[in-house]
Amino acid sequence: MFFARAERRTLRAAGGLALGVVLVFVGAATAMLLAHAGGGGGATLFDAYIWRVAQFTLLQATLSTLLSIVLAIPVARSLARQRTFRGRVWIIRLSVVPLGLPALVAALGVIEIWGRQGVVNDLLRLAGLQNPVSVYGLTGILIAHVFFNLPLAARFLLAALDRIPPEYWLSSANLGMGNGAVFRLIEWPVIRRVLPGIAGLVFMLCATSFTIVLTLGGGPAATTIEVAIYQALRFDFDPQRAVLLAFLQILVTAALLWLISLFGRPPDEGVTAGRAIRRFDGRRRRLSDGFVILAFTLFTAAPLAATLASGLAADFGRLAVDPLLHRALFTSLAISFASASLSLAIALPIVLVPRLAETGDAGIATRLIGRALPATGSLILLVPPVVVATGWFLVLRLFGETGRFAPAVITVINALMALPFVVRVLEPAYRTHLSRTARLALSLGVTGMHRLRWIDWPALKKPFLTAFAFAMALSLGDLGAVAIFGADGFVTLPWLLFSRMASYRTADAAGIALILGVICLLLTLPSTAADRTTERPAADA
Amino acid sequence: MPDTAIRLSDVTVRFDEKRLAFDCAIPAGAAVAVAGPSGAGKSTLFNVIAGFQKPATGTVALLGQDMAARDPAERPVSIIFQDNNLFAHLSVAENVGLGIDPGLKLDTAARQRVFSALSRVGLGGYERRMPGSLSGGERQRVALARALVRRRPILLLDEPFAALDPAMRADMAKLLSELRAETKSTLLFITHQPEDIRRLADRVMFLEAGAILLDAPVDEFLVSRHPPAVAKFLGHSAI
Repeated sequence: MFFARAERRTLRAAGGLALGVVLVFVGAATAMLLAHAGGGGGATLFDAYIWRVAQFTLLQATLSTLLSIVLAIPVARSLARQRTFRGRVWIIRLSVVPLGLPALVAALGVIEIWGRQGVVNDLLRLAGLQNPVSVYGLTGILIAHVFFNLPLAARFLLAALDRIPPEYWLSSANLGMGNGAVFRLIEWPVIRRVLPGIAGLVFMLCATSFTIVLTLGGGPAATTIEVAIYQALRFDFDPQRAVLLAFLQILVTAALLWLISLFGRPPDEGVTAGRAIRRFDGRRRRLSDGFVILAFTLFTAAPLAATLASGLAADFGRLAVDPLLHRALFTSLAISFASASLSLAIALPIVLVPRLAETGDAGIATRLIGRALPATGSLILLVPPVVVATGWFLVLRLFGETGRFAPAVITVINALMALPFVVRVLEPAYRTHLSRTARLALSLGVTGMHRLRWIDWPALKKPFLTAFAFAMALSLGDLGAVAIFGADGFVTLPWLLFSRMASYRTADAAGIALILGVICLLLTLPSTAADRTTERPAADA
Repeated sequence: MPDTAIRLSDVTVRFDEKRLAFDCAIPAGAAVAVAGPSGAGKSTLFNVIAGFQKPATGTVALLGQDMAARDPAERPVSIIFQDNNLFAHLSVAENVGLGIDPGLKLDTAARQRVFSALSRVGLGGYERRMPGSLSGGERQRVALARALVRRRPILLLDEPFAALDPAMRADMAKLLSELRAETKSTLLFITHQPEDIRRLADRVMFLEAGAILLDAPVDEFLVSRHPPAVAKFLGHSAI
């Protein structure tokens, strides 16, 4: 219905190819892990250490989720209530920034604020406290996870609150509902509906968080499964343990994905109805809302500001001529460009072939591929990057040198990592585009390259570039896959940053973090800023 | 009770480009139709009376008392919109109960009042239904029941019939005029239909471009040929 015959053939072949590439790539890694798991008594390997790691993984994820959400509710309520103050749009934009930032850069920012020499501890010492907050261990992990996920949860909640019919606020003002009644009778029912989806997403992000735990976790007491895999492989040279941990990780993510599928997907952040919302309960709560919003802004902006300040203080003159930095920058850009291209190339059949399969006369092969492809796009959620990297590390070890093939493997892993996001951006865009133009294009006989050139590209340019930029930023900031392979001859920007931090060359680290952060934000922010402007009429009215 | 239910004295409201001015007195117990083209300021007039919109100048007096310092809930006003009057996640009885206590703390007597208000609007037995399962007309009647239990002397209806089909409009209009006779309340309703005016109103206020163009008894209004906007409004109805 949507495609000409020749187009259908090409699409079918592309779909088969994409399916094959992803399955073979993830399959080979998993098969290698399985082969390694064979030897040795499993019972003895499941020792106290592994259990402790598993427990800590779930504990920190649970606490991170709870904290993020419990704090996000008042933030979202305050922002929903106070609709007209100066700078509101900027605070909402600010809440998008942490997501675009590489985890390593964010971790550095958190250390700058909450670390031993940070502002918070300075203030606490001024207040006369002897034992300041330690940013390493559970506390630091929680702070960093809340830094990422509190703004995320607050934005989802705010969008949900903004979808409440405007008449509700007029009615509640007319009826004289107090703050408690408004929360209980209007806001909570809405929040409760979206909360499981948000909690599931945040929990998933925290349970599989690698970089934050690697940099802020300390020793066996604060290690998650993913970090334990890395340590088993890179420090203990104990592939057996790494494999065991990898399967434990798959088990945990499988259980999580199953739970999330029961409790519902993360809600849409979608655009509100566009009608003006007026809140009459805002006037009385200006002070307390102002305090909440200020606290939220400080918490989110401080690590960013600190990263910027200490980054600018770095010796850029020396960094500019550092050949290692040049090589890392080049490697990172090349890998992220390649992986973003690959990600989009795989995503296109994932988006298009299921539409092909919807038509009545689709062959059985088309229908099978169409059914299997969407699941393939999310395979990396089930088998996390570090696990795939572990499998390929073991595969490549058979051929001797792991470092030589590392760039290729990391490119593919990064492409798969970005796939769920890329599909989520392209799918709705393509759906509306096809329903608007497909029949017309077919009836006019504009097909193949002509269709791509004149019909598809002009309309889909924006979502395409958005998806590409996101995929690139994700790959640029990734430390997980690189860490597993990290060899002397092969350096990416995050890896260089990580080793500078590990060797306490903080000034250099700050400079590199700034470069990395700026590149990633340049890639991700334009598209999110554009999203904001479409929402603005409703938000500002 | 004072003779004048609503008195707007030199009230002006400013938006970015527009300036609206209202000056009128509405006698207690009147049923006033508010008509006029879209953008004339009908809803703004309601917002000023209900306390949703602060006037730039002038005073709003309801039942002889100045309303400047009063929040929407503290005014002798109930308001019903075209849609979304009911909270979709609360039952019919709870939605009505909010009119008695905005925190939904209801004793037996209060619950009894909810029941009798619902049966008064012809929805006895609907207490546990959810708004989503009701027709548009039924939802509006639940909103009316809530206004009944609130016992505010002034009732504002912002296009209450707009979402209803002709038969339902007639039923609603009949119910409204019955309730008005019982409660002796003052009624203002926005409408685009001369038919509604004939059925329900004893006065008509016609707005255009942010000002009250005409404020007259209904008989006078229905035969007026002047100003042109009014003639046009009525002319459409002749078809």
